Amino acid sequence: MLNKLIFANLGHRPVRTLLSVLAIAVEVTMILTLVGVSHGTLDQSAQRARGVGADIWFRPPGSSAIGLSSAPMSDKIPALLMKEPHVTFAMGTMVQPLSGFDAMTGLDLDDFRRLNGGFHYLKGGPLVNDNDVVVDEYYAQQKKLHVGDTLNLVNHDWKLVGIIESGKLSRICVKLPMLQTLTGNPGHLSQIFLKVDDPKDAQSVVDALRVKYHGYQIYTMEEFTSMLSISNVGMLKSFIGVVIGVAVIVGFIVVFMAMYTAVLERTREIGILKAVGGSSGLILNILFRETLLLALLGSVVGILLTYGTQWLMKHAVPASLVQETVYGWWPIATGIAVVGALLGAIVPGIKAVKQDVTEALSYE
Amino acid sequence: MSEPPIIKVRSLTKTYQVGEVAVHALRGVDLDIRKGEFAAIIGASGSGKSTLFHILGGLTPMTTGTVQLNGRDMAGMTNAERTELRKTTVGFVFQKYNLLPTLSAEDNIRIVQYIGGRDTVFDPAFQEILKLLGITDRMKHKPRALSGGQQQRVAIARGLVNSPAILLADEPTGNLDSENSAAVLKLIKDLNRRLGQTILMITHDADAASYADRIVKMRDGRIV
Repeated sequence: MLNKLIFANLGHRPVRTLLSVLAIAVEVTMILTLVGVSHGTLDQSAQRARGVGADIWFRPPGSSAIGLSSAPMSDKIPALLMKEPHVTFAMGTMVQPLSGFDAMTGLDLDDFRRLNGGFHYLKGGPLVNDNDVVVDEYYAQQKKLHVGDTLNLVNHDWKLVGIIESGKLSRICVKLPMLQTLTGNPGHLSQIFLKVDDPKDAQSVVDALRVKYHGYQIYTMEEFTSMLSISNVGMLKSFIGVVIGVAVIVGFIVVFMAMYTAVLERTREIGILKAVGGSSGLILNILFRETLLLALLGSVVGILLTYGTQWLMKHAVPASLVQETVYGWWPIATGIAVVGALLGAIVPGIKAVKQDVTEALSYE
Repeated sequence: MSEPPIIKVRSLTKTYQVGEVAVHALRGVDLDIRKGEFAAIIGASGSGKSTLFHILGGLTPMTTGTVQLNGRDMAGMTNAERTELRKTTVGFVFQKYNLLPTLSAEDNIRIVQYIGGRDTVFDPAFQEILKLLGITDRMKHKPRALSGGQQQRVAIARGLVNSPAILLADEPTGNLDSENSAAVLKLIKDLNRRLGQTILMITHDADAASYADRIVKMRDGRIV
């Protein structure tokens, strides 16, 4: 019977109900999209790192897992590393951060080929001249690039000679010496990829290297890719925390407004329920059930909307932002929406309970 | 030995504080209503009849005096106790019907059953009341689809559904035309006769009061 009253109440003001549901949906979408993009971006980085085909990842001291540093290591190090036991090959690259999440990588194509067989070209071919650049399919799609186009990166005009299959190392690759010169880092590297004779020995090789190259960031690729998670990226974790905080406040305000208006508008109805013996608990029960229903409906709509944002990103910015569906966050985002909404219903609820019956019954 | 009155009021006062002014709405009311009686309290606006209605219905607390309702002393009752009293002992009929606009006529009655902790089904006796009220074919309609007279009949049915000891009616015909007024008053009288339902009606209309077995007059917060 109570549920019938609740559905009837919500149906009585369809526009207000719809707006409340939409506002809560936006709150949920906001959380799920941010989490989805964080996961997607990190997973893509991990996938590209795995695509390199190396066993060990070697970075300069003080660098972080997702830090896109410039080039603080000497390019003499790979030769030294190749003399280490079990190390069969070492390839150094230089990473130059661009705007947003983009970065370009300078590499030696022959070395890269030795490591993993090289790129698979969907269009065009490999780097030949110093000004040549290859980009992956998503970057080309996002920037609407074709082989033969000129693109300006790090204040230099590059000629696009090839479009590569995504999933190996970087979305934008150029020749290593050219990038080193252009960025004022001749003879320097950002990272080194190592191959060992038996991948099973990778950890013991890492342990030995850590002793010899104290302070350097040295990981097996398995270790490195497992580090690419939200909990390991402090800034991202804080950012998600802030967005969740904002989402809770949004949910609180929306439901507060909706319920406060509802309580004011239903002053007489609340008075009637009290007059016929409805207790304070019953009044609160009705308001909280309505709120819960709004929050749950909003969460479902919000989850559905994330498929919209996912589609939008996939078609508008496939190289910059990758959004994954993180099912584990569905109940978390729903929980956050419910908590925000219930908090928003507390003050209107108290107002409803405190209403004087006789005054409420004479409310016009 | 005669049966004790179902409503027993002694030296009842009610004082409202309006800003710094004390308004004495009731100034020592004594009243007895017998079980099964249909009584009308008549008085002009400001006579205190509505305040008496609110106190007897447990809608507002008294200031001093004693009120016994179906054997229960209302003095010192907490809010929760007055809520319980409204749930179990008293049925209301208001001037403005006070039906929930989002529910059908039927659900307006059922929700009172639900609040009263009863099964939300209409037993044969209550079906008879609905027939008597002539609203059986209007039960699926929402209040806005009913005429004033029909809404008031639904409100009467709602007031009776939990078989209260006392039905309190506050100006039940105040919003109705004379034809509907007469029909509703006739029904109230009929319900009193057939069911032995105790009814206390508040009105300012002498014609409406004439349907009652007994008329009690009020003026300036006192029974006269």
